[in-house]
Amino acid sequence: MNGWVEAMRFSTFFYTFKQGVKNIWRNKVFSLASIATMSACIFLFGLFYAIVVNFQTIVREVESGVAVTVFFEDGTSKEAMEQIGAQIDKRTEVSRKVFVSAEEAWEEFGKVYFSGAENMMEGFEEDNPLAESAHYEIYMNDVASQSTLVTYLQSLEGVREVRSSDIAANTLTDFNRLIGYVSAGIILILLCVAVFLISNTVTTGITVRREEIAIMKLIGATDYFVRSPFIVEGILIGLIGSAIPLVLLYFMYRRLIVYVGDRFIWLSNMLRFLPVNQVFSTLVPVALLLGVGIGFLGSRLTIRKHLKV
Amino acid sequence: MIVIDNVSKAYKAGIPALNGISLHINTGEFVFIVGDSGSGKSTLIKLLLKELEPTEGDIIINGRSLNGIRHKQIPRFRRNIGVVFQDFRLLKDRNVYENIAFAQRVIATPSKKIKRRVPMMLSMVGLAAKYKSYPKQLSGGEQQRVAIARALVNEPKILLADEPTGNLDAHNAWDIMKLLDEINQKGTTVLVVTHNLEIVKAMKKRVITMRKGVIVSDERMGGSNEI
Ligand SMILES: Nc1ncnc2c1ncn2[C@@H]1O[C@H](COP(=O)(O)OP(=O)(O)O)[C@@H](O)[C@H]1O
Ligand SMILES: [Mg+2]
Repeated sequence: MNGWVEAMRFSTFFYTFKQGVKNIWRNKVFSLASIATMSACIFLFGLFYAIVVNFQTIVREVESGVAVTVFFEDGTSKEAMEQIGAQIDKRTEVSRKVFVSAEEAWEEFGKVYFSGAENMMEGFEEDNPLAESAHYEIYMNDVASQSTLVTYLQSLEGVREVRSSDIAANTLTDFNRLIGYVSAGIILILLCVAVFLISNTVTTGITVRREEIAIMKLIGATDYFVRSPFIVEGILIGLIGSAIPLVLLYFMYRRLIVYVGDRFIWLSNMLRFLPVNQVFSTLVPVALLLGVGIGFLGSRLTIRKHLKV
Repeated sequence: MIVIDNVSKAYKAGIPALNGISLHINTGEFVFIVGDSGSGKSTLIKLLLKELEPTEGDIIINGRSLNGIRHKQIPRFRRNIGVVFQDFRLLKDRNVYENIAFAQRVIATPSKKIKRRVPMMLSMVGLAAKYKSYPKQLSGGEQQRVAIARALVNEPKILLADEPTGNLDAHNAWDIMKLLDEINQKGTTVLVVTHNLEIVKAMKKRVITMRKGVIVSDERMGGSNEI
């Protein structure tokens, strides 16, 4: 039976768990500080996450309205156009494409410019002034890859012109990225602080228990057994420190949706919040995992440094 | 059986704490180690526990070379050896029962066995009535009994005691030594480091005397000389 198997025996696991809880309890001030920092960390993470996913939904809605338009060279046959269409369909960045024939283009043009005077359009059916305006409207999955797509489309045979609105695409992408970077940066700093504090807590715990650890080693405790209460301590701090802000965020987010819906009805067109469950079904497991991971990492690093077994 | 084969230990460059010690201790023996303070007795105990590595030589316990034991195997090796110290080294935040059970929990003993063994040990050291007491509520002699119970709860073949009576009055010292003798009668090999020459003389056991890191005499009191 090796040390790990030994440590996994139920009574031993229970004992280890109890010792981990005891560590936290004995070391209340440090533990509370760690839990508080952890909570702040996860709270901000959750906040940014909620903002980013909501914003991303808005961006995606806007994106789905941004189209690339492909015009054909004079005299391109229907078959050739269909072939180009097939090649467009193969591109992964394309979400859908719409073919607009010259006739449809003319009709659309008429609706806009001759509204109320449709009779003026008569007589053009056989001699469409927009005869060369058949085109594809291409909608994309991700505006960021627009320029790649445009380059590709321009290289296709039979394509006369590719129109796109670079500014809209680029601004949205850049803004999205900025939010991502800023939140990642802040969260990273906070995570470092959390790891540092957990590490301090565990160090104090090890110092307080130095004598006990020495006795354990003399009696024949394995490295796993000596270390695991401190790992449990770190994981528990991480777990508590992520559960508290999650509960808080959950109620805050719910209140916010109701509040904005009530007071700012005029905003509700622009600001459509994602439903609580959709946001939290991802946020809860990710935040808990993050908390547990940081707790584990914080104590693991400390043990490695201060608990030479 | 313990074989100490030409062992030296130097903490720093300079005078070694142990200087070429060789010794045989048979299974079931009771051995006293005496000598001035600083003569290397505790160093020898630490080497036997593989808390320290010898600078030279090797120790073989029950056929196993300590130099050949890897770090990961040390816990398992130590489970064959019980230790007690002058300062008892009990856990102050746990009662007598938990202090003894601790030694079993540490090596993942099933709870059933713990519940059976701890009361056995308590009655062996005569503390069955005080199982709920905390160390600070006990006399020095009682604390050392708890430490002995803890050292023996996992049934080691060897018991090492580094000045177990150093903090006790004469009466308690005698009681502890008698207890160690009883333990030895039941088959455990016992090695006792002590300053208490009065008891050593009275008990008529094998006595090893050390001075400045070497063995200066090894004799069986009341019997024939070994060397
Ligand atoms: N950790 C240590 N570092 C350096 N020197 C030590 C250490 N432990 C013991 N010594 C030295 O080794 C010698 C033997 O010490 P020790 O084995 O404790 O003797 P004893 O137990 O017989 O009193 C002494 O000179 C002591 O100062
Ligand atoms: Mg000593």
